[in-house]
Amino acid sequence: MIFGSGIIRGMFVTLKNFATSYFRKPDEGGLFTVEYPEKRIPLKERFRSFPFLVYDGTPENLRCTACDICARECPPKCIYVVRAADQDGRPLRRPAAFTIDYSVCMNCGMCEEVCPFDSIFMDHEFEIASQDRYRELVYTLTKLLKSNEYFNNIRPRDAQAVDKKRREAEEKKKLAAAQAAKPKLDEPPKPV
Amino acid sequence: MDEKTVTVQDTNPMDTETLEVNFGPQHPSTHGVFRMNIVLDGETIVSVKPVMGYLHRNHEQIAENLTYAAVMPYTDRLDYFNSMANNFGYALAVEKLARIEVPERAQYIRVIMAELTRLVNHVSVIGFLLNDLGAFFTPVLYAFREREKILDIFEAISGSRMMCNYFRFGGVKRDVSDADLEQIRKIVQKFPAFLDEFEALLTKNEILCMRCQNVGVLPPDLAVNASITGPVLRASGVNYDIRKVDRYSIYERFSFRIPLGDKGDVYDRYYVRILEMRESVKILEQALKGIRPGEFIHPKSTSFLKLPRNFKPPVGEAYGRVESPKGELGYYLVSDGTPQPWRYHVRSPSLINLTVLEDLCVGHKVADAIIILGSIDIILGELDR
Ligand code: SF4
Ligand code: SF4
Repeated sequence: MIFGSGIIRGMFVTLKNFATSYFRKPDEGGLFTVEYPEKRIPLKERFRSFPFLVYDGTPENLRCTACDICARECPPKCIYVVRAADQDGRPLRRPAAFTIDYSVCMNCGMCEEVCPFDSIFMDHEFEIASQDRYRELVYTLTKLLKSNEYFNNIRPRDAQAVDKKRREAEEKKKLAAAQAAKPKLDEPPKPV
Repeated sequence: MDEKTVTVQDTNPMDTETLEVNFGPQHPSTHGVFRMNIVLDGETIVSVKPVMGYLHRNHEQIAENLTYAAVMPYTDRLDYFNSMANNFGYALAVEKLARIEVPERAQYIRVIMAELTRLVNHVSVIGFLLNDLGAFFTPVLYAFREREKILDIFEAISGSRMMCNYFRFGGVKRDVSDADLEQIRKIVQKFPAFLDEFEALLTKNEILCMRCQNVGVLPPDLAVNASITGPVLRASGVNYDIRKVDRYSIYERFSFRIPLGDKGDVYDRYYVRILEMRESVKILEQALKGIRPGEFIHPKSTSFLKLPRNFKPPVGEAYGRVESPKGELGYYLVSDGTPQPWRYHVRSPSLINLTVLEDLCVGHKVADAIIILGSIDIILGELDR
């Protein structure tokens, strides 16, 4: 072969790519640059960024019971949960404070996997850049709480599965409570 | 005779002084924060001392303070180009330790993911090698165009493009939908055409041949003695691939060949990777044909995924290894029956393949050191851990 023919063949490849990029479809080698932030690629449903907490209806009605499991299992330990207490100091099944340091979070999704109360899920929000690491990126309870509708909106398949599971559990509990209530009607209620 | 005259007599006026040059730690050719301390005689390399540790982040010690499940996301960050392969090795090690079985479909998904990351790694490594040669960003962008399609698949399946965190003990995190499989089929179908184009651009290119052939020759006996693995070893003509040797997971079901080089120079390392991609495409085609509906995780393991602290492997030790795109990636685990590994060690191919850097470089010109380093294919996240 003549010396230099390899280079010339290579040049043809680049020329072909240059010319055809104007005609081909984006996923076939056409122009695929998306001019962010004016235009965006739709996010995949399973895409995960940072965790948030789900509430049903109103923010007071949050699912988290402050069980602290997610905080213990979080690999970089960036979740801080403080359990609420009533006036007598008895612990309540809700958090008084729930803080996630987004600047430490590594988006692994472990918290979502281990939470036994379907309370914490991974969000699609990723544009959280800010100039102040402590004031802006340490997310407190008010910033973390998002409604179930929002969850259904961003991740419909997962949210519907969770909703279905919760409804079934609810019904089971009701059924069990109704059955348990019958023979024990005259017993004094157990202290909780 | 006094001292002065002696020195005058011993000095040859044509002798030059050697020059010490530090490449890195912030140099685009070192692929991360890595320093090469090169002693030059003119343009010729006299010695090379790799200086590493700039990206050390205590991976092993961190893992020993976590539960077994919580180590998985950290393994993503070892070789951040191939998180799926890292997950695979760790999952294998823990499964060996705790004797967990993996259902059929999960095995197929694992193999598909592992081979896809091999494609991702090899195309980008070749692209970066060409960058180091001075073909500034044209081959890389062609490679990244293909890589991006595969990363989109990873994102759709695992939730993240690069930090997949997808494997679980006894299976994978979530099932792969039929639509995703269809998408993978499409990519796999088109990949050989891309490789043909890539080869037309590169393989016979005279500049590439002249720069790469007979540069950085790694003799097979040195490669074996230095326990080099992966494409670097196979480019020297040693037939050793853990997929064939260990037959882990379900690799024995697929028919594929191990491409071997004969000289062990930079060009062979480049070409072995191209051929390996072609073999990976073959494996992917067979796996995509063989995958059947079923469980994606063993039902017994779902319980301890919800409660990682209840997962206590029996006392003992295990070593799980995979053929990661860079070489033998092994995880060594010692369990003392607690939820945390007592000892956790990573055998990272990048670190061990780098040990021959000096033997490859000495005698070559300084510009060749960069392509030799590029052809070894190191990733600093894994090298320094
Ligand atoms: S988010 Fe879930 S795991 Fe975390 S404290 Fe609340 S209920 Fe427990
Ligand atoms: S995503 Fe991972 S790192 Fe982030 S809060 Fe959840 S468990 Fe912690």
